Formats: sequence, structure tokens, C-alpha cells
Amino acid sequence: MTGSGGPVDGTWEVQEADGVVLVQDAGRPGHAHLGVPRSGWLDPAAARAALRLVGDPDDAALLEVALGGLALRATDDRWVALTGTARDVRVDGRAAAYGRAVRVPAGAVLSLGPPRAGVRSWLAIGGGVTVPPVLGSRSTDTLSGLGPARLRTGDLLPLGEPAAPGVEEPPYVVGGAARAGGAGHGAPVELRVDPGPRLDRLALEAWARLTTTVWTAAAGDRVGVRLDGPALEHAETSELASEGLVLGAVQVPPDGRPLVFLADHPTTGGYPVAAVVRAADLGGCAQLRPGDPVRFVAGR
Amino acid sequence: MDQTGPVPTDATLRPVGPYAVLVEVGGPREALALVQHLQAHGPRATDLVPAARTVLVDGLDGPGARRSLEDAVAAWTPPRDADMVSSDVPVVTVPVVYDGPDLETVAELWDTDLDGVVGRHAGTPFTSAFCGFAPGFAYLTGLPEHLAVPRLATPRERVPAGSVALAGPWCGVYPTASPGGWQLIGRTDLTLFDPTADPPALLAPGTRVRFEPA
Repeated sequence: MTGSGGPVDGTWEVQEADGVVLVQDAGRPGHAHLGVPRSGWLDPAAARAALRLVGDPDDAALLEVALGGLALRATDDRWVALTGTARDVRVDGRAAAYGRAVRVPAGAVLSLGPPRAGVRSWLAIGGGVTVPPVLGSRSTDTLSGLGPARLRTGDLLPLGEPAAPGVEEPPYVVGGAARAGGAGHGAPVELRVDPGPRLDRLALEAWARLTTTVWTAAAGDRVGVRLDGPALEHAETSELASEGLVLGAVQVPPDGRPLVFLADHPTTGGYPVAAVVRAADLGGCAQLRPGDPVRFVAGR
Repeated sequence: MDQTGPVPTDATLRPVGPYAVLVEVGGPREALALVQHLQAHGPRATDLVPAARTVLVDGLDGPGARRSLEDAVAAWTPPRDADMVSSDVPVVTVPVVYDGPDLETVAELWDTDLDGVVGRHAGTPFTSAFCGFAPGFAYLTGLPEHLAVPRLATPRERVPAGSVALAGPWCGVYPTASPGGWQLIGRTDLTLFDPTADPPALLAPGTRVRFEPA
């Protein structure tokens, strides 16, 4: 599990990467007590749908493409599939299907255009990306720097042996929910929340305010998304000792603007966590652009 | 068991969404002891994360696991002895060159001279209470409360890897270069975090630590 990578069966060349392109898999949970973030794909449903379309197992690694575009030159025949937010998919310039398995022959160039809405897409390549794992995962952790560097033009991408070579068309069809980027149509992204462990440090009306306001996405990355809206007031201002943080924690710093933590979140934090977003809804956060509306909906 | 089961008197459970619970305890030693107890007697969980006054139990797989956790916590007795760390835990010795830029500030705060800082720091038995901030960054407990020092008013943009530092009642060693607001008293050549090692963090929670002048 250390040093050497997985089996390398092929190597595709990165011809152009003008988006933020990262290798991601299911991440490295289980190391939080050592200060190691979980990391991993931001939308498990969309990422796993892409893997299934090309016949890869659920623990394989794929590419998470944020904004911008990507062009890969194939050196052998493989299936690929794109999920998440929609983009133009082309093979040697010819339009190919989004959300379905696409055969890319040796020598062809697979290109993805920039997204029309939303931010991130997941590109699975049959056989999986086989960069060396770090602590059991190939994911790039943008907070701590563990895992491979972001893809750059000219990089060589190691790929494993496809699970089902010779299959004409994998019998997988991706569901609509996993395909839809979610954001970008004006309607708020809805995040179901449960009360957090430190809700009692906020003013009494904080929960009602959190769950009735239409918030606006401000800055966002793989660590978390900061939201603009009416400040959530603190009732208790004594210092809170650092404590463990979960994926989806809605932390409220002293300025009262909530921050939703995503996969690369720090393992501990010292500001009150007022709510926790249901994991199944966090994929919507991966598609938020600054200015997009967000609503928290009380769980149940 | 019913919902009116045993109520823990020494620990408070706070739900953190459907799959996690934050358990509040008295302090870092109690947190470490509770982690050990839950490793042996608690329900299966993805992560047990000790911190200064809490243990986060994350990755529980349903209401049954939550009830098992409540029972396991209720059956736990916090260590009464202040020095409860078992002596069979190995000690990691960290060689330090005491030449940090904040050494004189700490000497003033401790009302001593540079040798006095070195003597007190190297003479203190530390225990890694928990990790956070960065992979392998351990919060080391052991300094008496009256030697607590404030953080820098303005954090440094870059603290070199291996810096030995103090903040509040804690001592820490920066595993990698990063921004930081702790008072720097020295540096070590030891590798604090190596993903290929087992465990990857040299100062994993529970580890006993001694510093010695290099």
C-alpha cells in the first residue's frame, strides 16, 4: 500500500488541462485522529455512477474536473464516462455522449469542454487511474497536500487493467439524479440539515434563521463553502476548545457567516458547529458558483 | 434496552447528524482514556477523534450503533489518577536545538533565562493528547497551567518544518512548513509525519514524548 503504485497497464497523456483536474477516489477516512483529512470525491453518487458505466469497481480512482476543460490523448482503447455537471464530450472532435459509456480508440483525443453550469464533473476511465496510493487512497487532499499533484498539460496518467476488456458496451445506465449538476437553474440548492453539537452556543433564533434564509454561496473550494446572508449571532462567546469535525458540518465563525465543510475539511475546529448537512445532499455543494442560492431544510 | 437506560454522569453525548456523536469529557487525558475504552467496548466506527475535551465518534452505522455507544459511555469510568497514562507506552525522544525566535519571549513569560526554558521544557514528560491542524501535528500536554503562553498576535506566514512550539498549555512540533501562530522555541530534525510509516504520525495520540537538547 506504500511507495509503489498499482498495476500500470496503460498511460494516457494530458494534452491540455485548463480546469482544476484532480485524481479522486473514496478518500482516506479512518485517519482523522492523526490529523489526516478524509478527502475523496465531492459527489460520491456521481463519481460512482461514472465508475460503474466503465465497469470499474467503486473503490477505483477517477478524475474530478472543476471548471475549465481537459484533453487526453489515448494510447490504448478504453471506455470512459462523464457524470456530474454537463459538458461537451468529444472524441477526435466528434460529439460523444455525456452520462454514458464512450469508447475511445487508441490514438484518439478525448476532450471535455467547460461546464455550461455548475462546477465539477467526474471522468471515469476503464481500468481506473493508478497513481501510487497514499494512506490507502489516491485522492488529492487540497488541505494537507497528500496525494498526487493536480494534473498539468504534459502529465502522463497511469491507468490500470480494465475490469471487463472486450465488452462492446457495458450494461450500465446512469440515473438522472446522479447526472444532474443541481445548481445553475436559479432554484436554490437544498441541503437537509440536522441540529449540530454546538447549536446551543448560538442565539435562540439561529436555527430558524439558518433554515428559513436563502443563503448565497460566496467563496468555495474542496475544503468548504462559505455562505453570505444574515449573520447568525452567538449567545456563548467563551472560547471553545478544538474538537473533531465531521463531513457536512456547518460551522459558524465569530462573523456569523456559516461555512459548510466538504471532503478536504480539517479534522478539528474551534468554532461552533450549528448544523450537519446530510451526506447524500453534499454533492450539490460541489456545483456551487459564487452567487448561487442555497437553502437549509430541517431534516426528517 | 429502553430509552431511559443508564445516564452517564461523567460524559455528555451530543449528536452530530445521523452518523456521529460528540462525547464531552473532563479533559485531554479523559479523552484518551475514553478512546481506549471505546476501541475495546464501543460500537464499530470509522473514526475516534480525541481532542482537548471531547471524543468525536464518526461513522456509526445507524440507531443501534448509537445506542451501543450510549451504553459503552455509560459503562465507562474516567481515570481518577491524574497520571493515568500506562507506563507500557513507549517514549519518543525528540532531540531539539533550542534556538527558536521566541525563546527569549518565553523566558520572560516563564520568569527565567534561556537555560531555564530548556531545563523546564526538556524536563517535562509530555503526552500526545490529540492531532489536528495538519497531518501529524500533535497537541502535547504536560506543561503546568502556569507555564501557558499566549499565541502570537500576528501569526507567521511560514513556520519551518520541525519547529518546536508552544501555545496555551500545549507544546507542538510542526510536521511540515505552514503558517502558524505558536511561539517557536527550537527545532528538530525528526520526521513527524510519514505516510509510509506505521503509524504515519510519530506522535500519535497517547504517545509519551520527551524533548532533549541536541
